[in-house]
Amino acid sequence: MTSPIGLDREQMAQRVALDIPDGSYVNLGIGIPELVAKYVPEGREFIYHTENGLLGMGPSPEEGQGEPELINAGKRQVTALPGAAYFHHADSFSMIRGGHLDLCVLGALQVAKNGDLANWSTGGPDAIPAVGGAMDLVAGVKQIFVVTQHCTKKGEPKLVDACTFPLTGVGVVSRIYTDLAVIDVTPEGLRVVELSPGVDFAYVQERTGTELLPAATDC
Amino acid sequence: MIDKTVPSVADAVQEIHDGATVMVGGFGEAGSPVELIHALIDQGASDLTVINNNTGSGEVGLAALINAGRVKKMICSYPRSRNSTVFPDLYRSNKIELELVPQGTLAERIRAGGAGIPGFYTPASVGTPLAEGKELRSFEGKDFVLEHGLRADFALLKAKCGDRYGNLIYNKTARNFSPLMAMAGSTTIVQVAEIVHAGGIDPEHVITPGIFVQQVVRVPNPAHESQLVRDGVTYP
Repeated sequence: MTSPIGLDREQMAQRVALDIPDGSYVNLGIGIPELVAKYVPEGREFIYHTENGLLGMGPSPEEGQGEPELINAGKRQVTALPGAAYFHHADSFSMIRGGHLDLCVLGALQVAKNGDLANWSTGGPDAIPAVGGAMDLVAGVKQIFVVTQHCTKKGEPKLVDACTFPLTGVGVVSRIYTDLAVIDVTPEGLRVVELSPGVDFAYVQERTGTELLPAATDC
Repeated sequence: MIDKTVPSVADAVQEIHDGATVMVGGFGEAGSPVELIHALIDQGASDLTVINNNTGSGEVGLAALINAGRVKKMICSYPRSRNSTVFPDLYRSNKIELELVPQGTLAERIRAGGAGIPGFYTPASVGTPLAEGKELRSFEGKDFVLEHGLRADFALLKAKCGDRYGNLIYNKTARNFSPLMAMAGSTTIVQVAEIVHAGGIDPEHVITPGIFVQQVVRVPNPAHESQLVRDGVTYP
């Protein structure tokens, strides 16, 4: 069951963008994370990194203006903004593992209450395992945000006590943005810090596979 | 006189032997040396171990080499893509081996191999299935996994421009793995769209110094995989 209320994909991306500080170096994953680039708040500048070798990635080109050898990590054609730089993969992943990127926004299959992330394989017998740069990103980027629907298309919770899918990284996620809420990963567990318009705490808890903590009242 | 240029892609790939390990440049279609791969299909070498980030698309380039039954094992980070069916079908029927490596680990393994570094510790994959069976070591309280450098008998690469010494510059995001593979291949073979005279590339702009390159072959208008797939081309 999909939620009848809460944010749509564009609104979720927009909500994530609000929390990115001016001047951040950012890597965006595939799917909803890609949409974040459309919603840079006025007065801020972010520099986008794509792990296949470009810093200063711009939006998709106009129809027919793209180049097959100017692409992003999702293999879609992009543009390079003035001030961009190209580099090889060892440099690109030095930026990632070396802690030079401020933020990575990723999708998720599951996130556990301790910040474990599963987002590369369902582990099914017929699945073709494919990991790409996800394990390097979560291991090295300073802060990992997840943006995802709160539940799967079948209505199963994605936020759980412990991931059942193969892990991408252990304890790596710091904040989760869903259609229903913004949730921080804390040492005590998952804490709801913001509810989407028209959504109450009980509604979110019902759709979550682990106990949620309410927003701290003193902030 | 040093002159690493060779007359044709067929000449360039003739030494590649059965059972060879071959690094193939490119991330998706960007940087994929389609003409060299097609020459390798014509040449006939089989039982190959191929190292590339992906497994190609459609039935051209790397996917065609796999489809022709020449590849016994792929070492890659992301073996499926849009328009990619050749590898998934063979993998599901157990007709090809896969060594799955996180993308940054793959890049660093190739860099290390080419740089004379036999192994290194990385934080990527710790606590995941891809670290199972590998040595862990703690540095300053954090765990890292031991990964080994990768070398290859041959590297097949694509660059924008080269000279007779093998100095190279690349095109935009087509650079990706190629400068690393150039170092890690015992015989590095590069197709370039343009060959310039020595000095035609400003030394400040050289990306791969010629010492890492053994053969340069001119392919003036290289095909793009996506265009071939759109045109319904299959190879051979």
